[in-house]
Amino acid sequence: MLAITAISVVKTRSLFAIVALSGVFSLLSALLFITWDAVDVAFTEAAVGAGISTVLMLGTLALTSRTEKESQKSNFFPLLAVILAGAVMIYGTLDMPNFGSSDTPVQTHVGPDYLQRIPQDIHVPNAVTAILASYRGYDTLGETAVVFAAGIGVLMLISGLRRRRNDDENEDSSSDTEDTT
Amino acid sequence: MRHHLILRVITKLLVGTIFLFALYVQFHGDYSPGGGFQAGVIMAVGFILYGIVFSVAKAQKVFPPWLVHKLIAFGVLLYSGTGIFSMLMGYAYLDYTAIDPQHPSHGQHLGILIVELGVGITVTGVMVAIYYAFASRTPVLSDEDW
Repeated sequence: MLAITAISVVKTRSLFAIVALSGVFSLLSALLFITWDAVDVAFTEAAVGAGISTVLMLGTLALTSRTEKESQKSNFFPLLAVILAGAVMIYGTLDMPNFGSSDTPVQTHVGPDYLQRIPQDIHVPNAVTAILASYRGYDTLGETAVVFAAGIGVLMLISGLRRRRNDDENEDSSSDTEDTT
Repeated sequence: MRHHLILRVITKLLVGTIFLFALYVQFHGDYSPGGGFQAGVIMAVGFILYGIVFSVAKAQKVFPPWLVHKLIAFGVLLYSGTGIFSMLMGYAYLDYTAIDPQHPSHGQHLGILIVELGVGITVTGVMVAIYYAFASRTPVLSDEDW
């Protein structure tokens, strides 16, 4: 179903349908994460991928046009690049251990150590939260700082704080004059 | 969307539920899936839904942009402030034992709660701010345009 959704995203010309389909894609991959027992990741995918980004894409759509332009260039080189990159990725997975095998570095390195220590150290049943916020507190602080920086960046680029300040000074000026100032 | 009666009634019902669920995800994050990031996004979705159905101006009246901008910074400050607090108490940066030295696990618990709250506040602020930034530039569309 993920593949079908992806193909229809490529085939569709209406951007509105594409945004809706990418929301569907996010929801399907959230379901996939749930079957892999990664509930926290699934939760994030459903909330961020299917929820917020769909809304933001619709917001962008409202500013631009609603249909895709017909492509003029040939599709050969992009296709070649995609096939090459895909082949490299598949080649990379050959070295990976089998799915679900218990003797991988993921299962034997720090994972069991964390799982044993969390009940004594932190008394928090959800190990993901404990690792995220306590053992890996620096990383989460960094992530929060990244979100902060992204928000500030968007605000500086498109919300026009300076323009709003001008609005406060002369409330009744029309939008054209505001853009030029 | 003046004439969309069903949408408006359902939205009124849903927004409260969404906020409640966001708070649940936020403060129950150490027992069940979820945490600051997810809760922040869900909280923002509540405001965005309100903004979409009723109009951005009304949403901005409830949750004014200046407050949103302050909250973005406040979340990060809350997180890093927790770290500085534990440094001032003589522990390593972000070592939550400092909050309750007698019961290290209580301190950890509280510390996680506080920093997750910081994350949640920042994420809510950023998401709502981005939405405001997009929506306030959008020319008002009539329903037929879609």
